[in-house]
Amino acid sequence: MKNNWYKFLAVGLLYYVLIWGFLGRIPRQPVLHETARNLYFHVPMWFGMFTMLSVSVWNSIKYLRTPNMLFDTKASEYANTGILFGIAGIATGSIWARYTWGAWWTNDVKLNGAAIGLLIYFAYIILRGSFNDEQQRARISAIYNIFAVALLIPLLIILPRMTDSLHPGNGGNPGFKPMDTEHTMRVIFYPACIGWICLGYWITNVRLRLKNLEQSLAEN
Amino acid sequence: MFREIKALIDKEIRLELRQKYALNGMLLYIVSTIYVCYLSFRMKTNSIDKLTWNTLFWIILLFTAMNAIAKSFTQERFGRLLYYYTLASPVGIILSKIIYNTLLMLVLALVGFGVYAVVMGNPVEDITIYLLSIILGAVGFSSTLTMVAGIASKAENSATLMAILSFPIIIPMLLMLLKISKNALDGLDRGSSTDEILTLLAIDGIVLVLSVILFPYLWRS
Repeated sequence: MKNNWYKFLAVGLLYYVLIWGFLGRIPRQPVLHETARNLYFHVPMWFGMFTMLSVSVWNSIKYLRTPNMLFDTKASEYANTGILFGIAGIATGSIWARYTWGAWWTNDVKLNGAAIGLLIYFAYIILRGSFNDEQQRARISAIYNIFAVALLIPLLIILPRMTDSLHPGNGGNPGFKPMDTEHTMRVIFYPACIGWICLGYWITNVRLRLKNLEQSLAEN
Repeated sequence: MFREIKALIDKEIRLELRQKYALNGMLLYIVSTIYVCYLSFRMKTNSIDKLTWNTLFWIILLFTAMNAIAKSFTQERFGRLLYYYTLASPVGIILSKIIYNTLLMLVLALVGFGVYAVVMGNPVEDITIYLLSIILGAVGFSSTLTMVAGIASKAENSATLMAILSFPIIIPMLLMLLKISKNALDGLDRGSSTDEILTLLAIDGIVLVLSVILFPYLWRS
């Protein structure tokens, strides 16, 4: 019970977000109107993805310092959950973009950044798949994970400078903060971020336990 | 340390010159790619615009770099790599490979640029900055791709892996290079590309430092 607090937190917060996200009041804004509610679902996906991928890289670094297979399994499972969040983020964003910008995909800096990030992690999965030896797979995929992320960071800094983003809150478009004078959005948005991150942690934990069981089955 | 790197570079160059067909093969690769592009575009009478000219050149260079550098860890047999392992430090190995690949890329890129300018026309207005961007590109491509080649060489089907591992991480570099070379192409004021050149140097620095830190782990396996 004591170790499961985050599950209750995830369920509680996400129910709160689902119900109040759709029923709660939001400030009237041109163009966005009711689609602004996507803030509670789309943006937390990126927070979730960044958290999961950071934990993955952290585990890769730990693996290179002390080669323990547990770190490698963690790195790969957190990367998987991060990819899941990334795909969900792109899907929610794409649907939203269809109704506000009129296109499923635009040449927007944030979209490009997200797509490149996902490409790197798909490559990571394929790299993992092409080794038979466990130790070698662990070490080399850890090296790629660190190398790729270190090069992704300058990209995420460079890209936004080259063009303006269409996203609310960028390039002269109003974000939610100045409009949200009554804090009706803030009180849902921050819990949503925490809730989704807890859910990601939960998913990863279940996957890790499954991996452990599979491993002990294979050994017997 | 420096003597070790120098000896290793010396070895790479000697190895390359001993099997001339590899170097000649790469030269022919870039020349024939350019010729294919030339024929494909010049079928119509109107020539391509500057933006396409520039982008096409960099994409040709990118693919040439991939092909040239992919073999840097696979051309030598396993036994010989083991022999180097006992002799040299990993930092020496990676630095010598990067420097050697940079030299190789410089030769390929400059020859490529010459041929490209002759057959496709040369609209470049500020040739100094354009050559500078080619030099920076050669350094950046070779340092990134050397590390990726090291990673890919450990796996099976390394040719495919080389491409999918390196494309996403080389994009920031490519974007900067395209910007600098486009500015040079249009003959803009030199100060307008200072930011990009500095960013590119910073990325090259990151790649070098990471290669030196991470390669020992790769070399051990």
